[in-house]
Amino acid sequence: MVWPFVDQMNPSGDTLALASTEVDLSQIPEGAQIKVMWRGRPMFVRHRTKAEIEEAQSVSLSQLKDPQTDEDRATAADGTYRPEWLVMSANCTHLGCVPLGDGAGEYNGWFCPCHGSHYDSSGRIRKGPAPTNLPVPEYVFLSDTKIKIG
Amino acid sequence: MSGPSTYKPKPGFETWLDQRLPLIRFANDTMIDFPTPKNLNYWWTFGGILAVCLVLQIITGIVLAMNYVAHTDLAFQSVERIMRDVNFGWLLRYMHSNGASMFFLAVYLHMARGLYYGSYKAPREILWILGVIIFLLMMATAFMGYVLPWGQMSYWGAMVITNLFSSFDQLIPGLGTSITTWLWGGFSVDNPTLNRFFSLHYLLPFVIFAVVALHVWALHVPGNNNPTGIEVKSKSETVPFHPYYTVKDGFAIVIFLMLFAAFVFFNPNALGHADNYIPADPLVTPAHIVPEWYFLPFYAMLRAVPDKLGGVLVMFGSIGLLFILPWLDRAKTKSMRYRPIAKQFWFLFIIAFLVLGYCGSQPADGPIVLVAQIATGYYFAYFLIILPLLAKLETPKGVPTSISAAVLSSDKKGQ
Repeated sequence: MVWPFVDQMNPSGDTLALASTEVDLSQIPEGAQIKVMWRGRPMFVRHRTKAEIEEAQSVSLSQLKDPQTDEDRATAADGTYRPEWLVMSANCTHLGCVPLGDGAGEYNGWFCPCHGSHYDSSGRIRKGPAPTNLPVPEYVFLSDTKIKIG
Repeated sequence: MSGPSTYKPKPGFETWLDQRLPLIRFANDTMIDFPTPKNLNYWWTFGGILAVCLVLQIITGIVLAMNYVAHTDLAFQSVERIMRDVNFGWLLRYMHSNGASMFFLAVYLHMARGLYYGSYKAPREILWILGVIIFLLMMATAFMGYVLPWGQMSYWGAMVITNLFSSFDQLIPGLGTSITTWLWGGFSVDNPTLNRFFSLHYLLPFVIFAVVALHVWALHVPGNNNPTGIEVKSKSETVPFHPYYTVKDGFAIVIFLMLFAAFVFFNPNALGHADNYIPADPLVTPAHIVPEWYFLPFYAMLRAVPDKLGGVLVMFGSIGLLFILPWLDRAKTKSMRYRPIAKQFWFLFIIAFLVLGYCGSQPADGPIVLVAQIATGYYFAYFLIILPLLAKLETPKGVPTSISAAVLSSDKKGQ
């Protein structure tokens, strides 16, 4: 009896049916990032530099609060691994603010100005109140220069 | 205190009505003949002030809702239309937004009064608990109201506060996410969120109104506490509510409305945040997010804890403690007037609360975090350690035998 009144607050059919988002990668030069909207929330798509990738790969897992290798994070759902492309949520896992990018923070990745969380160049949480890494959504490469999120 | 009714209906209509629905008797017993301690000071006028605040918020809110559109594409525009085009829209909106601030100002003073004079102690525990419930409902209402204009602070405030619940992912993975998705009606703060916030923002004031009725009912059974903290012993220690306290409350309400008017007419945005005049943008977070001033102390507690779930628990716990306060402070003497040591800790508590408010308004780095941690620690220690210990250790000083004795002795001192 109560459930319909509770469940009506959950995402409705049309919200769930929201289409996936396609991103044209050819427009993003190396060392730059864009924000795209997917399901009403922003996503970072970053074209990483060699230095950023090396830095991210050189971190040992024991230094991480939420251990995850850079390879795991930069691999698409279809198994394609192209480390120059990093696709992840742009909402800080603390309380949802959008972190500042382009090498911000103490770990040359992202820094959330709201409550001071630092993420490294792989989007992994290194310092501050956020509990987990910036989540990587499901995405696949449609071609060399195009991905589809969702 | 309430005792048997002294109302004598006049013959004719009053008697006829009294035998069917004793409305006039009720009004007489609660607002006219109600026996009230004769020594209440001005700290006791905030109850009346708060009633005025609630009624003003409801009236201005109802007419604002006639002009507001709860849709992410139109909300910001509709608020600007209220400000520019709707007749007296600027006045109504500024009354409503500043009214919220005034409401909280009065409620904090009202609660501080209760803490100082021990108004939460037997036989007024339920009266106090109902008050804490009203405070929580006020916070929920104010938060959702602040989201409605759909400016940058609205959006990101809603994002941060609803994300507090995602911390439950640390307890059971997925639990927090399910709660936030349910609260949002989607995968982020969006149109469904705005719609439901509007619905609840309209509902909750009437819930508050109902709990206020219970609060007043619970007040009228034991009657008012008073500055001595000693219960009324005889009718000679009371005066009828009308005209003595209708006039005193009325005077305080006029003074309070002058302060209110000063904000509304001369500095209506002083208590707000400029960023909320920028339409909500899910892609850009303002560099420095702050809640409205009345939430700052609790916001500072949230940030003082470096762990996400820990911060959330501390913040909610700070209010949760108030519910059990009557059983934490078991001291027999109610009023801090006669508790020389507890009084000093009370003043320190007020200072700690103000310091937390300041910390909450500043960016969270460097010494601010440490100061907020110390103040948070004191806030909890006051309720969990200091008050329970003082109840056992402190010797009250100069407690008078009755309200009359206290009034007479202070008269002598005055001469």
